[in-house]
Amino acid sequence: MYRIVAKKQLNSAVTLMEVEAPYIASKARAGQFIIFRIDKYGERVPLTIADHDAERGTVTIIFQAVGSSTKALAQLNEGDEILDFVGPLGNATDIEGYKNVCVVGGGVGCAIAYPSAKALHAAGAHVDMIAGFRNKDIVILEEEMRAVSDHLYITTDDGSYGEQGFVTNKLQSLIDAGNQYDLVIAIGPIPMMKFLAEVTRPYGIKTLVSLNPIMIDGTGMCGGCRVTVGGKIRFACVDGPDFDGHEVDFDELMRRNSYYKEQEHARDHECRIIKMGDAAISAESGKKEGQ
Amino acid sequence: MANMSLNKVPMPEQDPGERITNFKEVALGYTEEMAKEEATRCLNCKNRPCVSGCPVNVRIPDFIAQVAAGNFEEAYQIISTTNCLPAVCGRVCTQESQCESRCVRGVKGESVGIGRLERFVADYHMAHAETVQSNVAKNGHRVAVIGSGPSGLTCAGDLARLGYEVTVFEAFHKAGGVLVYGIPEFRLPKSIVQKEVENLESLGVEVRTNFVIGKTLTVDEIFAEGYEAIFIGSGAGLPSFMGIEGESLIGVYSANEYLTRVNLMKAYSNKYDTPIRNSQAVAVVGGGNVAMDAARTAKRLGAKKVYIVYRRSEDEMPARAEEVHHAKEEGIEFMCLNNPVRILGTEGSEVRAIEVVSMTLGEPDASGRRKPVAIPDSNHEIEVDTVVMAIGTSPNPLIRNTTDGLDATSRGCLVADEKMATSRPGVFAGGDIVTGAATVILAMGAGKTAATSIDAYIKEKNQ
Repeated sequence: MYRIVAKKQLNSAVTLMEVEAPYIASKARAGQFIIFRIDKYGERVPLTIADHDAERGTVTIIFQAVGSSTKALAQLNEGDEILDFVGPLGNATDIEGYKNVCVVGGGVGCAIAYPSAKALHAAGAHVDMIAGFRNKDIVILEEEMRAVSDHLYITTDDGSYGEQGFVTNKLQSLIDAGNQYDLVIAIGPIPMMKFLAEVTRPYGIKTLVSLNPIMIDGTGMCGGCRVTVGGKIRFACVDGPDFDGHEVDFDELMRRNSYYKEQEHARDHECRIIKMGDAAISAESGKKEGQ
Repeated sequence: MANMSLNKVPMPEQDPGERITNFKEVALGYTEEMAKEEATRCLNCKNRPCVSGCPVNVRIPDFIAQVAAGNFEEAYQIISTTNCLPAVCGRVCTQESQCESRCVRGVKGESVGIGRLERFVADYHMAHAETVQSNVAKNGHRVAVIGSGPSGLTCAGDLARLGYEVTVFEAFHKAGGVLVYGIPEFRLPKSIVQKEVENLESLGVEVRTNFVIGKTLTVDEIFAEGYEAIFIGSGAGLPSFMGIEGESLIGVYSANEYLTRVNLMKAYSNKYDTPIRNSQAVAVVGGGNVAMDAARTAKRLGAKKVYIVYRRSEDEMPARAEEVHHAKEEGIEFMCLNNPVRILGTEGSEVRAIEVVSMTLGEPDASGRRKPVAIPDSNHEIEVDTVVMAIGTSPNPLIRNTTDGLDATSRGCLVADEKMATSRPGVFAGGDIVTGAATVILAMGAGKTAATSIDAYIKEKNQ
């Protein structure tokens, strides 16, 4: 059993939890993920590690309650226990040697973009961050992201906070303004990652995306998380979760993530929280939950 | 006077029409009378050919003699001296190619039903014996076992009986490896695996689930925690795909994923959250036990049509004869001598058919089986909405890639000598991680050998 030592509601649908898992906390690196199972009836659900504290022996997860498991998780409180919590899985984000990086997060994807920005910042890179949200009400982690970046640009679709527009427009304008990025990291809804990769493609800027396909074991065993990258089948759990955004078949990934949409809907007709959440994220919600 | 009936006492089974609507065990097991009757068919041969066919050398004639005499607990004690998972082996071992293949009675008629008797004895013991707490004195030496499948459980059990403090690390949330994620409930009830794991725990073995070795901890860190030797029995868990067009369509599964969703995650029950596709027509590609398991699972999940698509003929199928027989009884359609060419999808990228090419058998290949050759222009489509690839698995590279000094073959298997020692001192390995995908009993044999070797290694080291 893995105890929840802290819980914080970041917006109406996004929750932060700090979970006691000392072995994972001492090994985790930015970009890796855990798999949790809430109780004996639960699914195995992957979530990216948002932060970790080796001394406290804790791992932080940030998730959006979109499917039955993440909704149930969001109901737990400080002091409650999660039945299973395993990791750190997948490969850490390759940040070695980059000097000038733009990290882009979309919605709850900012929770995954944040640790990469933090690691890059700690390694001495110049970090610009673009964080996109649908509106002011769902902005998360602003202070944290500001603390690990040289510039933080917040965009909202409706202009209710920061600059009005999409993260793609902002990245384009930063490139146009002469910023010479040697790496762009894009984490968010699949359409956002797809279009960001198109922004950087003409400039040949290396673009890493973090993928969250459906998976069970997270150790290479089920093959459910297979994605096509550069025309080859790769397993996101052991070969990723980060891949070259210019090579990923995003359309196929989007289709595969809707695998169980029918069942999800049959189980939960009134998915109120999805409607409340980030519209772009809800478009990819039938899949791997919460991110 | 031996019972000279040419046939085994038939195994009571659930009716095929009934059993395809549930996940309960198909073979119901012998009664005491049936077991005694079958046991009297054993001739108690002096040269004991059956024992030489058993990878863990169960003293078969001795235990069968006790069954014939009605001393079932004594029979269990004999089996358990060399086999720590008899309830499992009695159900899933390929007896027909091992002990029973050597049985003299098999020359004319059917061999003695050794597997059925083993199962009976193990079930009798489970039903009647109380769990005994270990009275083995601990010797103060710690050994780590990576993986809780058949090889790991066997190795852990043997070492615990020798007094070692054993910790088993399991990546999943439940111990048992392929016995819980792979082999279906209707063939091996999970309560039996659970009982076997509990038996080990009563011997003092500690099972730590949710530990992915290579990620949560490395082999070096395990040594640093004070373990003197490590057994790697992490199996061959990486599923193979054919590399044909359409394998990423919605509705294509690896057998590992399909079976894990159903067996480990219990997707067949509404009480559990893990989803599985609602299939009407399923093609399972492959001819081994895993293919049979997947096909029979699909049937139980409600598919109207289930096909086994296999590129060789039924004679070459590696599956146990009983599984093939059961599958046919349950209405699985065998499309042998057909090889998938591509999988076709709907506009919404869901599987709509599998295109196969007819095959014919040519000369024997490296495996000794006749090589299948495609017949030109014989392509045809089979309409299905789901395809399950059961064409094999390979070892997981997680441990190999995070451990210095471990030699591996080009196929990714760890290299171990006849004593199961790897190239790194103190590290032993056995089961599918060494052989590639094989059988439960071979893995158990390897776990057993490794336990003996680890005992010798630690004794020598501490002299």
